[in-house]
Amino acid sequence: MTFSKMTTLTAIATVMTASAALADCGIASGRVAILSNDFPALQALAQGAMECASATVEVTANQTTTHRDLQVAALTANPAEYTSAVVANSSIVPLLNDGLIRPLDDLIAQYAPDLPALNRITIDGKTMAVAFMANAQHLFVRQDVLDQIGAEAPTTYEAVLEVLAAIRDAGIMQHPFAMNTGSGWNLGEEFVNLYLGFGGALFEPGTANPTINNETGLATLEMLAALNAYANPDFLTFDSNATQALWEGGEIAVGYMWGSRGGAILDNENSTPEIVAATKLMGAPTVAGGVLPASTLWWDGFTIAANIPDEDAAATFQALMHGLRPEVITANNDAAVWLMEGFTPGAPALGVTATAQAGALPYPMVPYAGLMHTALGNELAQFLQGQESAEQALADVEAAYLAAAREQGFVQ
Amino acid sequence: MPHRTFLWFILPSLSAMILFIALPIVSVVIQSLHVEHEQVLVTVETCGPFGCTNETRVDTEATAALREAQPLGRFNGLGTYVNRAHLATAELSAAWRTTDSLGAFLGQALNLPFYKALAFTLAYTAVVTPLVLVLGLAIALGVNALPRLLRGPTIFFSLLPMIVTPLIGSLVLFWMVDANGVIGAGMQRLFDDPDLSLKASPALTWAMLFVYGVWHSAPFAFIVFYAGLQTVPGETLEAAMIDGANRWERVRYVVIPHLMPLAVFVTLMQLMDNFRVFEPIVGFQAQASATSLSYIIYSDLRGDTQQFGSAAATSVLTIIGVAILLAPVLLRTWRDFNRKRA
Repeated sequence: MTFSKMTTLTAIATVMTASAALADCGIASGRVAILSNDFPALQALAQGAMECASATVEVTANQTTTHRDLQVAALTANPAEYTSAVVANSSIVPLLNDGLIRPLDDLIAQYAPDLPALNRITIDGKTMAVAFMANAQHLFVRQDVLDQIGAEAPTTYEAVLEVLAAIRDAGIMQHPFAMNTGSGWNLGEEFVNLYLGFGGALFEPGTANPTINNETGLATLEMLAALNAYANPDFLTFDSNATQALWEGGEIAVGYMWGSRGGAILDNENSTPEIVAATKLMGAPTVAGGVLPASTLWWDGFTIAANIPDEDAAATFQALMHGLRPEVITANNDAAVWLMEGFTPGAPALGVTATAQAGALPYPMVPYAGLMHTALGNELAQFLQGQESAEQALADVEAAYLAAAREQGFVQ
Repeated sequence: MPHRTFLWFILPSLSAMILFIALPIVSVVIQSLHVEHEQVLVTVETCGPFGCTNETRVDTEATAALREAQPLGRFNGLGTYVNRAHLATAELSAAWRTTDSLGAFLGQALNLPFYKALAFTLAYTAVVTPLVLVLGLAIALGVNALPRLLRGPTIFFSLLPMIVTPLIGSLVLFWMVDANGVIGAGMQRLFDDPDLSLKASPALTWAMLFVYGVWHSAPFAFIVFYAGLQTVPGETLEAAMIDGANRWERVRYVVIPHLMPLAVFVTLMQLMDNFRVFEPIVGFQAQASATSLSYIIYSDLRGDTQQFGSAAATSVLTIIGVAILLAPVLLRTWRDFNRKRA
């Protein structure tokens, strides 16, 4: 899960058309068109589904990091441009808001009756998506650097700060830390992760009224600033690609990055064997004596469009389940933290598993969370640049969110 | 040309302009006057891999009924235009009342997203446009003075910045000014400051974007001026030489007046283009330090919730901005035209 603004620019919508009719998916006929984000785990899923193509079954996939910008328009059409949108906690919300995806209970009963409850995203009793992988941001540490300063691997952000200070004082690295703090979506996500770790709530329960302009919000911003004092001064441009490159280049010793990058960081490409061997994945740290890790849990799952014939919906469901069969999962074991049969958690999954087991909260799936996320991403940069106070930054976020929420009809 | 013939002559392009420019603008204006319906919220149990919670949802059926009744959304008049994300009239008047110096007032105004973007957009336009004109003319004069054999290759290389796609050009430069890039690391060594970063400081980011803008647009002005230089009458230049004019005086009193109509054309194009500055901000990931009007429209239309009303209002404000900027140049052209006809 990259979510990076940078890759969206360079991304090309790869449209793959199936050629050979190989596998026996048991689909008589129908159209399967998948819209999804673009990273290795989803490429494996699409390739698995492609195997169902035959003379009567058409399978196509559009895998692009800008999928979130297309999905609502594409699924509003009737018939929908794509029969399935692969979504995450946050990107399912606009589809739900507009009623663009169909309940999957009948399809599950018919074609996958054994699907565990774990995989069913149910809303008001109806299964709206099938979740197949999990992701979260968590800590990456360099064991060799920790050994040099004689420190334990940190489990709280306070300990992280001590480790960072020790690394700088020992003259090992001037900027030993990085997290995805690129202004925009990434920065917003870091605030949400830390703020929930401090025990904060983004909204008044049951309403869209924001509750971030408070002591917890201030403490969150202070911690963000304290951490990024140890980051390269360019940190407001960091996305997942940038932080992964810093890690693989051996420029940082402590990183807070997406679990889905673990596979790429631990493979032996783009880095030295010493760095790979010393890389240790850990759960997200807690903060301020809290018990919950300061991170949010994300799932990726598939949905099926409402505006398509039932025949296409059935074909899509079968093809996607074929793309998620145990052989595919086993063959792509390290590409993700799969929630499917056939997965053996390996080293790249350690961080996400530890974070989930420690009880991190799922990213809030409320319809106005996206507006808050945008406001946070746009308004916090000036504080981190030292141009305005934390109080002013939070007031700006609140005002920007309220203006957007009023326009969208969530707040009166 | 009789008016009738003229009308038939421009009919194809006129109808395309109405269809693809005028009508979309009308639709954007209508959109900017409306906001989304009041969302009907319900709380339902949501379950997933990480357990069950009670979460708020939009009541799809109730909202669909509202939408059916009023497909455009709620009429909001100019409400979107004056809210905090745009002209922010209420915030501005509050700032005016609570601050006692102009500087403090400006500080608060520039903290509002629209004015922050407008400030960068205007600064970019004001800095880049004249520099492009001057630099373009200088390159054109330089190339024109070269021996014929060298002109072809020189023209080709001078045009390269314009040929490179803006996004690619800005990405290349972005990596070069990175702390590990050629320019970034070079500057750190030159000034002996390991914390020096072109991307971190807003002032340096602005400067970097200005430099990029000039680099990218100068070839356009160059090629137009170079074409113009080929038409400068030789007799006038010779007469000026006989009168004892040196090289600079010939440029000042013969060449520049001759190129004036072209300069007006380049200025018009550059004002329009620079006011819509967008790609370098994305390419340089500069949104923390610099946003433009086009960038905030783009930002509204991305992500999980797309804010069409807000984006439409900013678009209309941008169109008005372009019209105001171009007015003096257009008025001047109109007056010249009338004078010539009279």
